Formats: sequence, C-alpha cells, structure tokens
Amino acid sequence: MSAKPNRVGKKPPQKYSIFSLAHQAMQKHTGWQAAWRSPEPQAEYDVIIVGGGGHGLATAYYLAKETNVGRIAVLEKGWLAGGNTARNTTIIRSNYLCDESAKLYGHAHQLWEGLSQDINYNVMFSPRGVLMLSHNVHDQQVAARHFHALHLNGIESHLLGPEEIQEKVPLLNMHGRYPVLGGLYQPRAGNAHHNALAWGYARAADQMGVDIIENCGVTGFMIKNGVVKGVKTVKGVIRASKVGVVAAGHSSVLAEMAGFKMPLESMPLQAFVSEPVKPCFNTVVMSNSVHVYMSQSDKGELVIGAGSDNYVSYTQRGSFDLTDCTISPLIELYPFVSRLRMLRQWAGIVDITKDRSPIITKTPIENLYFNCGWGTGGFKATPGSGHVFAHSIAAGEMHKIAVPFGMDRFTTGALINEAAAVMH
Amino acid sequence: MFIIDCPWCGARDQSEFSTHGEAHIVRPEDPETVDDTEWGQYVFYRNNVKGWYRERWMHAFGCRRWFNVLRNTASDAIATTYVPGAPRPSLPEDT
Ligand SMILES: Cc1cc2nc3c(=O)[nH]c(=O)nc-3n(C[C@H](O)[C@H](O)[C@H](O)COP(=O)(O)OP(=O)(O)OC[C@H]3O[C@@H](n4cnc5c(N)ncnc54)[C@H](O)[C@@H]3O)c2cc1C
Ligand SMILES: [Zn+2]
Repeated sequence: MSAKPNRVGKKPPQKYSIFSLAHQAMQKHTGWQAAWRSPEPQAEYDVIIVGGGGHGLATAYYLAKETNVGRIAVLEKGWLAGGNTARNTTIIRSNYLCDESAKLYGHAHQLWEGLSQDINYNVMFSPRGVLMLSHNVHDQQVAARHFHALHLNGIESHLLGPEEIQEKVPLLNMHGRYPVLGGLYQPRAGNAHHNALAWGYARAADQMGVDIIENCGVTGFMIKNGVVKGVKTVKGVIRASKVGVVAAGHSSVLAEMAGFKMPLESMPLQAFVSEPVKPCFNTVVMSNSVHVYMSQSDKGELVIGAGSDNYVSYTQRGSFDLTDCTISPLIELYPFVSRLRMLRQWAGIVDITKDRSPIITKTPIENLYFNCGWGTGGFKATPGSGHVFAHSIAAGEMHKIAVPFGMDRFTTGALINEAAAVMH
Repeated sequence: MFIIDCPWCGARDQSEFSTHGEAHIVRPEDPETVDDTEWGQYVFYRNNVKGWYRERWMHAFGCRRWFNVLRNTASDAIATTYVPGAPRPSLPEDT
C-alpha cells in the first residue's frame, strides 16, 4: 500500500518560507501552486473520512503522517471547511473541569503550539490569553472550582481581581448592570485563524497523498453483516475498509443512514463581526453567565460569539431574539461597541451532547467510527481530536485519550460532565 | 425565529415559548426492570431529524401550557400544533 499521491510528471510540492515568498515576489506571484489538488474519487480507499471540516482534515493528515493505513480520502458535501470550522469564533483554551477533558484538550493545545511549523502553514495561533469574567457570587465559586481542578491537573490558570482585569481590558465597563467581580485567566490560551487551520491541514494532507474531494456528499453506507464496506455518494459508490464520520451538526443524519441513533441534538449557534477598528482589545474575554464572548481579529474586526438556540434546527441562521440577548449585555459590558456597525451575522449547526463533552467512538457497525458532539467548542480541539481519531481508526482500538469519550458512556452513566462549562 | 400557533392563545412570537425537545418519548413503565441500554436510550438518545420533527413546546411567557409542534428542522416551517393527548398528525407530503 502506498500513501503517495499520483503526482507523476508534476513538480514537487512547494514549501512555504521567507525564501519562497521572496522568490515568488520576483516573479510577480505567478508561480504559486494550488494548495491542494481536486481529484476525482477513486473506486476504493483504505480509509474514508466523511466531512471536510477541520476535524476531518486533521484526522486525514495524522492518518497519512503517523500511520500506514494506505489510501485515504476526505469526502466533503460542500466546499472545504464551510461548516462550523469556518463559522466559529476561534477561541482556543484548555481550562476544562474534568480529568478526561484536561487530557484531551491539553493534548490539542500542545499540538497547536507547534502546528504552524508541523504543517508548514501559518495558522496564526496567538496565545493572547483567555479571560472568563465572574459577574456574581455563583460565577466566582465556579471560577474558583475550575481554578483548583486545573491546578490539580497541572494547567496554569490565575484568579484575577477587578484591578488586574481593568488593567488588562481597559474598555471593559466594570460597574454596569453586570459588575465584574473577578475572573479566571489562562495565559496560554488565545485564538487562531479558522481558515488557515483547515487550509493548512488540507494542503499538508494532500501533499502526503490524501484525496480531498469536495462537492461529494455521502448519501448512505454500504453495510454487509454489520461491517461497513464503503459509502454511497452523489459521485457514486466508493468502497472502503474503514470509514470515519466527522460531520458535526449532521452527525445524526449520517448515523440514521447507518441505522442507529446518536445522543445528540443539533442547534444553531450564532456569531457576528464588527467593522474593523484599530487594535483595542488584545485578549479574549468570555462572559459565560450572559453568553458574550469577544476578541479582536488581526484585521481589526471585533469577533463576537453568542449563545445557541435551544431547539433542534439545521437552518444555519440563528434567531433574532438571541441576537438581541447578546447585543444588550455586550453593550453593557463594552459601551464603545454600541457605535460600531456589525458587518456579518451567521450561525453554524452544533451537535450537542447532554454532558457537553464530545463523542469519539466505535459504533454498532464494525469499522465505522464517529467523531462528533463537539458542540459549541470544538475548534480548539481540532488537532488533538484529529490526532487521537486517526490513531484509533488505524489501530482499530480507541486511543487511550479517546477511550472515556465513547458513546457507551451514555449507557454506563460514566458521563464527562462539562455541562457547567460554557459555549466556545 | 418563527411564529408559533399556541393551541390556546393563537399565533405568538417564538421568543414567548420555551422548548423541551422531542415529543412522544415515553418514560419506561417500570424503571426497575429496564436495563442500562434501554434507560440510556430513553434519557439521552434522540432522533434529531433533519426534516419533520414532533417536539414539545411550552408557552412560557403566555398561558404556560404545554403542547406539541410539528416543525421542519431543515426550514423551521411549522405544519401544525396540537394539544397533548391528541392523535399525532401525519407528516406533510412535501418537505
Ligand atoms: C458560531 C460558532 C462559534 C463557535 N466558537 C467556537 C470557539 O470560539 N472555540 C471553539 O473551540 N469552538 C467553537 N465553535 C465550535 C466549533 O466550530 C466546532 O466544534 C468545530 O469547528 C467542529 O469542526 P468539525 O470539523 O467537526 O465540523 P465542521 O467544520 O462543521 O465540518 C463538518 C463537515 O461535514 C460535512 N458534511 C456534513 N454532512 C455530510 C455528508 N453527508 N457528506 C459529506 N460531508 C458532510 C459538512 O459540510 C462540514 O463541512 C463554534 C461554533 C459556532 C457555530
Ligand atoms: Zn398559550
């Protein structure tokens, strides 16, 4: 089995560097190659990944790089990473409560730190710190509880008082309707560029021979005696020895095609961005009890995350009343924002579990694996999720970090309760 | 965002209502005799359909009464609302 692409007669893939940039500049940038091929699907693969979002692409990348499973394809219904990967507010943090989560999100966080070098693509990972505000006594107790749990798991975080917070975030209104009593700060946290993550993984996976096939929605599975044999797609049947489904909000739809249910509900989660302004906000601030999350992108836009609608919907819109519920505390906390125009509002469909932890799992169908349930906060986990999922698929046994996240926990009751946690 | 026709009060804005998930899920008659698999299915597993879905809503900022809604989750279009105990309306032909 060979993982090498069909590049006969083609130039070797370009490496991005200061030298290639200078070289291209002298040719007036006419020599850049496409970042990935757009091949037609082959009749058969060793592993098919369904869903070309960040998690699917990361899975394919680590499969190609670190295992020897052979021919790999990623099948994407729409365009590359047009789902939640392109729609999220890019907050990256690893300050979760439970031990299992500390391992999973911690693993991802570590991979983020070396990712741009690893995949030779600037993912603009920016550890500018994430601050979670407390507005009432209960928030403060939750923050203290998290702080101690994090301490026990060796994850650096700090409880900040109002003075330290005002100094970090001068534009924050400390004494409004939602007084700022304190906060929990993770200095290693921050954000990154959503598209760069997807494009970087896509390019790196493609260079190792992974076929990334867009506009190739999966419409069914070929299953024989309880074993998956391939997928039906809008481009025809494609056979495979193993299939990994990473379809976020559409996971239940794919599970139904395979004949089982998932413990998930799919709901719209919305966000918006303002017109760009000069740098004024250099950390990520989350207000979990009023569902307002804000950071400033490198282009200068304020990126604002809201809460999720609480009914099942696949409409990718997000309701007006929730927009309103976000804007009113937003301008209480950051009065200067009231003078800014919002450029865009959108929603993604997030797949939510009852314990707010993801599902990385075998399924009732042999050789069919699901990675889903990341809900409102899986962007941060993309590298770790892809890494442990790739190793699980290759080995046929779940990676040790992934084991507690199996769907069997909804039968045994061994839930990983991050429900006290937050969106994003 | 959509308008919901409360069977008791009439058409009102969706923001007046609270939502309570999939309808017609019956609690096992005798929980003591149910195994973990069945109990897990009852508590956690949902159809989460993309398409016509029967679900429970409550008119939280109105009459505070419960009822069922037949809504298409792909478009948010509502076919009908019906009171608890009423026969389940059949699914609309189209989508
Ligand atoms: C508004 C918003 C804000 C968020 N903010 C944050 C945040 O700040 N921090 C954070 O960590 N997380 C955040 N999240 C969550 C995060 O975006 C997701 O958990 C994560 O991006 C999921 O990645 P994914 O690759 O699994 O899903 P996606 O990027 O959605 O990829 C799934 C892909 O599967 C494809 N697909 C579906 N059905 C089929 C089919 N039948 N055949 C083939 N392909 C199919 C879809 O087209 C899609 O491209 C946010 C989400 C939203 C919506
Ligand atoms: Zn009513």
